[in-house]
Amino acid sequence: MLSAEEIKAIDAERSHYPTAQAVGIEAMKIVQHHRGWISDESLREIADHLGLSVESLDGAATFYNLIFRRPVGKHVILICDSVSCWIMGYEQLREQLQKELKIGLGETTQDGRFTLLPSCCLGACERAPVMIVDEDLHGDLDSEKIGEILADYE
Amino acid sequence: MNRNSMITPLTQNITPNREPPDLKQYAQAGGYQGLQRAIKTLTPQEVLQEVKESNLRGRGGAGFPTGKKWSFVPMGDDAPRPKYLVANADEMEPGTFKDRLLMEGDPHQLLEGMILASYAIQAEVAYIFLRAEYRLAAQRLKKAIAEAYEMNYLGKNLLGSAFSLELHLHTSAGRYICGEETALLNALEGKRAIPRAKPPYPQVSGLWGQPTVVNNVETLCNVPHIIARGAAWYQNLSRSEDGGTKFYGASGRVKHPGAWELPMGTPIREILEEHAGGMKDGFQLRGLLPGGASTDFLTEEHLDVPMDYDSVQSAGSRLGTGTMIILDDRTCPVGMLCNLEHFFAQESCGWCTPCRDGLPWVEKILLGIEQGQGQPEDLDYLTMHTRLLGPGHTFCAHAPGAMEPLQSALKYFRADFEQHIHHQRCPFK
Ligand SMILES: Cc1cc2nc3c(=O)[nH]c(=O)nc-3n(C[C@H](O)[C@H](O)[C@H](O)COP(=O)(O)O)c2cc1C
Ligand code: SF4
Repeated sequence: MLSAEEIKAIDAERSHYPTAQAVGIEAMKIVQHHRGWISDESLREIADHLGLSVESLDGAATFYNLIFRRPVGKHVILICDSVSCWIMGYEQLREQLQKELKIGLGETTQDGRFTLLPSCCLGACERAPVMIVDEDLHGDLDSEKIGEILADYE
Repeated sequence: MNRNSMITPLTQNITPNREPPDLKQYAQAGGYQGLQRAIKTLTPQEVLQEVKESNLRGRGGAGFPTGKKWSFVPMGDDAPRPKYLVANADEMEPGTFKDRLLMEGDPHQLLEGMILASYAIQAEVAYIFLRAEYRLAAQRLKKAIAEAYEMNYLGKNLLGSAFSLELHLHTSAGRYICGEETALLNALEGKRAIPRAKPPYPQVSGLWGQPTVVNNVETLCNVPHIIARGAAWYQNLSRSEDGGTKFYGASGRVKHPGAWELPMGTPIREILEEHAGGMKDGFQLRGLLPGGASTDFLTEEHLDVPMDYDSVQSAGSRLGTGTMIILDDRTCPVGMLCNLEHFFAQESCGWCTPCRDGLPWVEKILLGIEQGQGQPEDLDYLTMHTRLLGPGHTFCAHAPGAMEPLQSALKYFRADFEQHIHHQRCPFK
């Protein structure tokens, strides 16, 4: 069941749009914020609450990069793989992250602490290479910084 | 050289790493004067006229004249209602980061521009379509919106006038195609972000079938200054035919990557050398994408080209977003193309076949060449794709945009491609 907090946040968004469908993506983001990802059950609950079909909501869910239809770790790392970051050393950073976390792109560490996802341009090209961990942007990355940053996320 | 006399309306309130001005500070610096003037003394038609005369062209990439775009919206008592205004703050074009700096640095400037634009087209509801990753911008915009409601710069009967406007922040869930204006409408409606056929144009039938204007963030940020100080003043800021200043940027191996507000028409050389500090020591310039990933390469011979719409076009590329990506002499052009086309292939919305199937093919050919398995005929296949995925063959401008860096790379860096194929390896590795 959707929690009271989730319902409150979804209904506040509902007042900004003439249709319920327009709130679907935001509603999934709200629920994902609380639960980490969108399970089939969450999807059904949101669809029921907004009066949408599960199929149409899932159609949107699977289209967008930042709706997770599979469980993710406690912290999600989005590493920018677009051109400015690529020029500034994205590939070495990715390799280092993969080695330290012992996972590939799209995977979650054994202890469930991190999920590593590639992302298109994070819009911070002047600080390339960059990555986002949860809510925080980290720029001008090098191999030394990576270790320090990972240590900050328990 | 720093031009002290340079006038920088867009960035005058922006100090890096500092909180943006709140409503009071923004107003003290002259903000919301354009809005006061418009609401109290100008008709919507007069606001539109001023923007038309300013020669403001859209800063989202296509450079369409802003006043002209607004003038297609049905007006008067018989016009369909509600009407909508949308700020396009999706900004997922690789190499582009200007709108983020504007929103984080001076959120009220964007709000004032949106209110003025909404007034000109008499929109009742406005949305900011913001990409999800811009969390700091979201936080600052939310605060600014609340302040503006509190002062009745938003809401019912704005500043005691008959005009009312609701403004909401909508955050996206991530997909490059959401930035395309008709795909953005579908995304806002909660659907898959697939572009819509035009006509009808959004100005006539947009969000939920109602008249809608979609403008880029930087475009809207210019409007308060045009209204507060007039079209003639705005025109004079420019070094070219196109009015105003432009927020230019540079990334890659330059000494000081960043963004700077300069007169429209500032030459590439001046931006690169005086503002970006030139190339990093030990690196030389080989080429540049002047306005994001979907623009054609320019090279050293183009350094004196003024960065305005027509001049960059004459040089064989596009001003695009005005944020340059620099290719240096130690970076492989084929590798760079691989990265670019991987992005475009992955971000295709999949609606039309040439784009959905063609882009992965292009990516695969490029990867083959880069990894030392290229065949001489690969260059013909790539050239064929620049035609088949070019303008007029696909539903939207995504695929043609993807072909711009490719076609120019085949022209300027052909020897690099041939070397890869001849030696069956990447000479940069
Ligand atoms: C694939 C694609 C992605 C786009 N992404 C953006 C974007 O992120 N931001 C933007 O302002 N315009 C983007 N555009 C351009 C918009 O379609 C539209 O031209 C622009 O928002 C209009 O605003 P303007 O007239 O103020 O420039 C994109 C276009 C295409 C084809
Ligand atoms: S060109 Fe590509 S992105 Fe545009 S509609 Fe076709 S498939 Fe979608």
